[in-house]
Amino acid sequence: MKTLILRSASSYLLPVLLIFSVFILLRGHYLPGGGFVGGLVAAIAFVLDAFANGLKKTKILIKIHPGFLMPLGLLVAFLSGISPMIIADMPIMTGLWAGHPIPVIGAIGTPLFFDIGVYLVVIGASLTIIFTISESA
Amino acid sequence: MINDIILLPLVVHLFFSIVLMFFWNKVNFQKTFSVCANVIALGVAVYVFMFVYNNGTQTVQSGNWDAPFGITFVGDMLAATLVLLTAISGLAVSIFSTVSVINARLRFGYFSVFHFLLLGLNGAFLTGDIFNLYVWFEIIIISSFVLISIGGEKNQLEGAVKYFALNFFASMIFLTALGVLYGLVGTLNMADISMKIAEVENRTLVEICAVLFLVGFGIKSAIFPLYFWLPASYHTPPSAVSAIFAGLLTKVGVYALIRVFTLIFLDDVFLDNLLIALAIMTIFSGGIGALIQTNIKKVFMYFIICHIGFMIGGLGLFTEVAIAGVIFYLVHDIIIKTNLFLMSGLIYRIKSNFNMKKIGGLYANYPKLSLLMAIPLFSLIGIPPLSGYWPKISLILASFDAQQYWFFGALIFGSLITLVVIAKLWSEVFWKDQPKIEFPKKFLFFDQMKLKDKFLFVFPITFLTFVTLYIGFGAEHIQQLSQRIASELMNNQLYIDAVFKN
Repeated sequence: MKTLILRSASSYLLPVLLIFSVFILLRGHYLPGGGFVGGLVAAIAFVLDAFANGLKKTKILIKIHPGFLMPLGLLVAFLSGISPMIIADMPIMTGLWAGHPIPVIGAIGTPLFFDIGVYLVVIGASLTIIFTISESA
Repeated sequence: MINDIILLPLVVHLFFSIVLMFFWNKVNFQKTFSVCANVIALGVAVYVFMFVYNNGTQTVQSGNWDAPFGITFVGDMLAATLVLLTAISGLAVSIFSTVSVINARLRFGYFSVFHFLLLGLNGAFLTGDIFNLYVWFEIIIISSFVLISIGGEKNQLEGAVKYFALNFFASMIFLTALGVLYGLVGTLNMADISMKIAEVENRTLVEICAVLFLVGFGIKSAIFPLYFWLPASYHTPPSAVSAIFAGLLTKVGVYALIRVFTLIFLDDVFLDNLLIALAIMTIFSGGIGALIQTNIKKVFMYFIICHIGFMIGGLGLFTEVAIAGVIFYLVHDIIIKTNLFLMSGLIYRIKSNFNMKKIGGLYANYPKLSLLMAIPLFSLIGIPPLSGYWPKISLILASFDAQQYWFFGALIFGSLITLVVIAKLWSEVFWKDQPKIEFPKKFLFFDQMKLKDKFLFVFPITFLTFVTLYIGFGAEHIQQLSQRIASELMNNQLYIDAVFKN
């Protein structure tokens, strides 16, 4: 599907969608959103880019294999889960929050890092699935 | 931190599987790492077991939300024992996997998923929240589905589809039962449910809910008439995978039944009789099934079903002696069933066949290995003083006390039929001369393997055999442990107090 319109649009849509996905990720703790939805939006951004410019160019753009994001995200989520045990002597998965909320980003705490982990896993898993299917088709 | 000790088995397995995912393509590294990881996990499990043994039931309120609002993890004696057994089986299977599963299969993240499976098993044993139990069951199903279908052979996928369909169905029934239960008592914490369910006035609905749980867990633990998925699927993956499935997956169902029927649904004569009736039918159908099979793996599979009946029936008797027998049998069964499937893998490596009619002469060629394999087989039958003998005494005594003569008969029948089938297997596989068949040319036979690989093949079997011998000869320790677990289970106020101690 190499149309000029889609290709020109995708070069703008990719960064916009990525920023939007980060926005959804950060919004997620008390409002609708979060790591899962944010990750899906980010994955859509790359899939749209792959539609417009071809899979090869998108892979060059991403640089690393999307499958690598899965263990990375799991590790982030895992560390955020056990950090209360190590740092604060609290039970596992206790929410630790650092000070006052920062403008734009919001309150920083272990749930945020858990959501970032989910975000990475979702991007990794969905891109791996979609890339594998489109390569074999 | 000190209270979080019971969560260590979960944390280490999750960590190991994440690390293994980072080294996705490096199969040799994964082999070494997985074995080392399982040694560490075994150490952790022993530590947790000793801690719970000395200090009594431990609880962790995850997220620092007090019970019944957060998810509680409860490490009582039963959970700690099962975590220890999982670690022992996990170590044996992991060592066996390094040589018996071909690299083409290992390359698809076999070890990573294997650790996820162990994570799910440990989680299911340790959780004190019934919805969380469902979540751990899902983790177990998803990882076992990957393990059963890795390799993608035709018959393997056929087995995997049956396995997945029926286990998924069981999960749906389990979820329905959860919905009904939540509607009745408005809580998901098992200790809280246990307190509140007695006040529910609509007893019929409670009974229906209990039967739904029985069906859901019954499919998973392969009791009559819901066991058909098991013989259709367990023989298709490599022996190492079959071993972990046989040793632990069906036993998780039994564990869930024990937990639910000693903590939540109590004092119901109808349910107890239903459990005993199902147990009798399970023993009978499993035994008959084992009698007519000629494939070694299938024989062992029907034994799984047959011996699940012993445990379900003991649970139905619901006396302290019977529960102690069930726990002892569970300990014996996890080790022995894992070992049986590892042995079937070894026999396949020696003879390139699973069919009893086509193999023979094992004793003439490998007398020492044969003697090694004789110990688990004799333990399975329950020849004194090996491990299968002791729990059966408790079960038989309990069935006499409760005047359940049908179950008594079924126990004797089950033991006898095990004896007959093992005798047949022994004479066919070990004593008979090797029949003249064509051996496949491209097959790595056991005697062509390197010494190191041979050692890795035999070591896990020897290890589990020694554990079995300990269970048999150190029966006093295991019996004390089982009685302690049984008294904890029968007196469920202890469990409730541990959860609500704050």
